[in-house]
Amino acid sequence: MNPATIEVSHLTKTFGERKAVDDVSFGVARGEVFGFLGPNGAGKTTTVRILGTLIAPTVGSAVIAGIPLEPAWAAEIRQRISIMPESPGLYQRLTVTENLEYFARLYGLPGRQERMKQALEAVGLTDRAHDLCGSLSKGLRQRAALARTLLNDPVVMFLDEPTSGLDPAAAHEVHDLISGLRDRGVTVFLTTHRLDEAERLCDRVAIMNSTLRTIGRPDELRQQLFSRSLAVTTAAALARPDQVFAGLPAVQGWRATSSPGRGPAGYELTVTDPDKAAPAVTRSLVAAEADVLSIAESRRTLEDVYLQLVDDTDNTKARS
Amino acid sequence: MMSMSATRVTAVIRKELAEFRRNRLIIITASILPLIFLVEPTVDILTIKASASTAALDRRVELSLFLPLLVPVLLPAILSAYSVVGEREQGTLEPVLTTPISRLELLLGKAAAIFMPAIAVAYLIFGVFVAITQLGTASAVATAVLHAPQLPAELVFIPLLAAWTIWVGLAISARVTDTRVAQQLSLLASLPPFALTALMSFQIIRPTFGLAAALAGGLLAIDCVACLAVARMFDRERLITGPQH
Repeated sequence: MNPATIEVSHLTKTFGERKAVDDVSFGVARGEVFGFLGPNGAGKTTTVRILGTLIAPTVGSAVIAGIPLEPAWAAEIRQRISIMPESPGLYQRLTVTENLEYFARLYGLPGRQERMKQALEAVGLTDRAHDLCGSLSKGLRQRAALARTLLNDPVVMFLDEPTSGLDPAAAHEVHDLISGLRDRGVTVFLTTHRLDEAERLCDRVAIMNSTLRTIGRPDELRQQLFSRSLAVTTAAALARPDQVFAGLPAVQGWRATSSPGRGPAGYELTVTDPDKAAPAVTRSLVAAEADVLSIAESRRTLEDVYLQLVDDTDNTKARS
Repeated sequence: MMSMSATRVTAVIRKELAEFRRNRLIIITASILPLIFLVEPTVDILTIKASASTAALDRRVELSLFLPLLVPVLLPAILSAYSVVGEREQGTLEPVLTTPISRLELLLGKAAAIFMPAIAVAYLIFGVFVAITQLGTASAVATAVLHAPQLPAELVFIPLLAAWTIWVGLAISARVTDTRVAQQLSLLASLPPFALTALMSFQIIRPTFGLAAALAGGLLAIDCVACLAVARMFDRERLITGPQH
């Protein structure tokens, strides 16, 4: 793994009595696309704002792009990172170019015109460069905001819900841009509600709900949380499923996933090794003269992982 | 540590001026108010009869020279009060605060962008007013305007009042969460030095050179330290995480 670009240690942020972020620690490697997931109010945006030097942590420390997260170094950190907040935050009465030029000057960038040209090309906005931002569609504004975050060639880019409110086509374009950033070695810290987005784009994800619930690669998280299983569908319900599934190699248990009645019936079998279990299950079903429609390994999504963890948090909160 | 950057301050000035130019409401406000404060006193002076007594003449000149003094107070009060809270409301403040710009650079840029057009318009009005009165009135009236003791004093007070109003407006804008409240408070807060100037203008307080100089010196000193004081009041965290209206 590449050396860490972001190292966070015991980060806590309190607003009055409420802990928005509670003792969160993690690291993000250089060039990694790191997903930060959680329900509304989970502390995602607060964490981004802390790491982006906009607000100070109550407790804890962090190192961003090799610089300690301290007030004295805040401007140095801001020079090396860029943040795209959830709202594009463009000046509606200025053109795209004027918006970019303003920020290029705020960063004190040399070769402003070339940087702006490259940023506009990267997001495919060259032909709209002289349009007023107020006249752009939401998707184009999001792209203009993304171009703004590219200007200073950041080491770390924080993207807060970059596809929020975008239609699928516009969201797809933003996904391609983020993939392109990874290829350029930019570390991307992505907060999102969209689990399909995280699963598709992120090398690792963290799921938080004030505290960090889990962190890892999406496939790792699925394996950690859910036992492996086979999904079996037959044309009609089995007369004696206990006998069909009992004693088969690598099969630990089963449950019906459909209501009894006419029509196809579903069963989920908990297995230790799907490759070993599937042939044995098939033979047993054939022996029982069942009409098998399908046998496949169940695939848990990141959404299942997310819901499981968030439900756990909610249950824990309800109990306490 | 980063030092103060003229590039960043200039960037803010350029951006603010570009936004003013594109905002029709600001252009209209910035044009109509000064026009009223030019036309009313000019007409007042032009209609003075040459036979008017010296006391009556002085009274009319006092009033005519006082009205244009509202320009460097009213315009900056409205613009500066909007400056921070307005950006916060339209969501443009957070991206700016993610750049290396310091609080002082941002506020200096915003203040300068309001100060320059405000005093330019105010001096223009005074210049046009004096020119018209010199060309279009009887020599006694023209002399009364040109030699009025308020004229040089008010020329000195224009930038001082404008600066005071801008810093007060920015301070309020950085602390409140609603543009309308900011603009109302800013107008109220600009009144004390303005009222004192008015009292001297109408000679309710005898405008001795010493008093005028002391007031001007006091305003200048306040204007100079105000930028640092306002920068301290500019709390990034509060502006980012505080309640939105």
